[in-house]
Amino acid sequence: MILGWMVRNSLRQHALSTAVTTFSISLATGLLMAVWVVKDQSHAAFTGFTGGFDAVLGARGSKLQLVLNTIFHLEDSPGNMAWQDFLDIKQHPNVELAVPLALGDNYRGYRIVGTSEEFFHKSMLGPGKKLSLQSGGRWFDPTLREAVVGSVAAQRVGLHVGDTFQPYHGLLFDEKSQHEEIYLVVGILEPSNTPADRVIWIPLEGVQLMGGHSAESATQVSGALVRLKAGAATTGFHLDLLYNKQGNRLTFAWPIGRVMAQLFDKIAWFDRVLALVAYLVALVASASILASLYNSMNERRREIAILRALGARRSTLFGAIIAESALIAALGALAGFILYAIIAGLAAIIIRAQVGIILNPLTPHWIMVAAPAGMTLLGALAGLAPAFKAYRTDVSENLAPHS
Amino acid sequence: MPLLEIRNLRKSFTLPDGGRHTIMDVPSFALEAGQHLALQGSSGSGKTTFLNLIAGILTPDEGSLLLAGKDLASLSEPQRDRHRALHVGYIFQTFNLLQGYTCLENILLGMAFGPGAQRARALDLLNAMNLADKAHHRPRQLSVGQQQRVAVARAVANDPKLVLADEPTGNLDPANAAAALQLIRKTCSDSGAALLLVSHDPKVLSAFDQVQDLSNINRASPGGAP
Repeated sequence: MILGWMVRNSLRQHALSTAVTTFSISLATGLLMAVWVVKDQSHAAFTGFTGGFDAVLGARGSKLQLVLNTIFHLEDSPGNMAWQDFLDIKQHPNVELAVPLALGDNYRGYRIVGTSEEFFHKSMLGPGKKLSLQSGGRWFDPTLREAVVGSVAAQRVGLHVGDTFQPYHGLLFDEKSQHEEIYLVVGILEPSNTPADRVIWIPLEGVQLMGGHSAESATQVSGALVRLKAGAATTGFHLDLLYNKQGNRLTFAWPIGRVMAQLFDKIAWFDRVLALVAYLVALVASASILASLYNSMNERRREIAILRALGARRSTLFGAIIAESALIAALGALAGFILYAIIAGLAAIIIRAQVGIILNPLTPHWIMVAAPAGMTLLGALAGLAPAFKAYRTDVSENLAPHS
Repeated sequence: MPLLEIRNLRKSFTLPDGGRHTIMDVPSFALEAGQHLALQGSSGSGKTTFLNLIAGILTPDEGSLLLAGKDLASLSEPQRDRHRALHVGYIFQTFNLLQGYTCLENILLGMAFGPGAQRARALDLLNAMNLADKAHHRPRQLSVGQQQRVAVARAVANDPKLVLADEPTGNLDPANAAAALQLIRKTCSDSGAALLLVSHDPKVLSAFDQVQDLSNINRASPGGAP
């Protein structure tokens, strides 16, 4: 009870410095948690999402670019491959499924991707989870100029079933390069929380034969999503050897998760910089507790002397300062969850808007225990020097008046 | 057996030049339970040091200091702290109230280090000091006379066997000083506590039946007994 009183009164007496210090601790805790959660969740989302495919076949170039382009609908296409190459992989005895993709157009900045109906029916969003349509829609007829629109794209550009639109050439929106073809929206996808939500899907031939595209594009595709047959464990190695080592026209990106993991390996330095910034903020915040309490010790010398004269033990005062320091850190750590929610929430919104991948900041993560506990411990440690100063306060020297 | 018995007590401090300065040299001193004694002494005579030694805030270099049957010199610091909280009430010239706490909390804190905080007793004491309506005021919201009364209430809150008062009226005007002195003496008499008051104010000293000059007790004080 005595400790509680002393700590409460001290916090109240130094309300401003307590508030500033608490805020800096909350910033450090929020940053630490956000950096770890966003890093781990985005890593898991990007390396774990494959759409139910094992590999991507495309033009010769970067595997990473190929995966980003066909699975995540980011980046430019590394180029096209011949239709015959698509047929070859599709007919490979150990390939269960090959789905063609063709791209090169957009509607108001949202990619238009040509594909076959198989994509909708055989893509796997997760165990037993497939793409589905919102009520009132249907899948497109591959022989007609019809479109199925991802939920995010539909919401952003305001497309509904029954609406028509004219695609624009290229992956970047340019008002001057509108195609003449008119497409009818026949379905809107249910939100899948995958990159498919950000795409406008039309029949493969729609892209291949779009006015203004080169004559070659009619016989080419941008890539093929490939699912290998179960049990054909060596097929991936075999195709990797065939296309990547022995051949020089095509790229076989396999397995998709490992290719994406390479991306995270490349940007690992960025994670480390963010973590370092968070550590530094934590260190500065702890130092601010130390400085604020240490400085206050001078003005509290008399109070400490009075308490000692009343019978307070040195250890009681030492404990009170440590408790005060730890409490400031603990309050900051708690407030850190608010900042965490803001930082991680904003990151999740941006990632979803840019990539279509959903992060869930509320999913429990070890850092949500470790960061607050660590900051509280660091705060308690920061209180050691001021507590020692309180411990050493000379009672008779600081009890006025002297005679 | 006296409540307080001092024998051959010596206390010295280190000077800036490294030498030692003896400030207390008391061959013997005793105070009976319930006794009220005033010590007179000029500035620098070691009045506060003497009280701090009796309270166990300072430790003697030599000698024994028995308070309530225990030799403070033989106790560890935490034991002295506990002994002080239980048996000694201390009233200061500048009151030494904790400004961040209310009047009630000041008294409760003093009790908390001793037998334990008893809110009802603290409120009774404030009531006895005519400060019932000031329980939740902070010291700076009170007059100096009221602050001194809170200090007295805090000093006697643990029913101490000995109350030490160091120039308790030094900061008060004559009217308040007389009232405070009367209150201190009455409170100590009511509770049976011995009172050892140090002052250089003749008016204060004249209120006591028993007055001793510190220089007669402390051989190290200026003009002290040889």
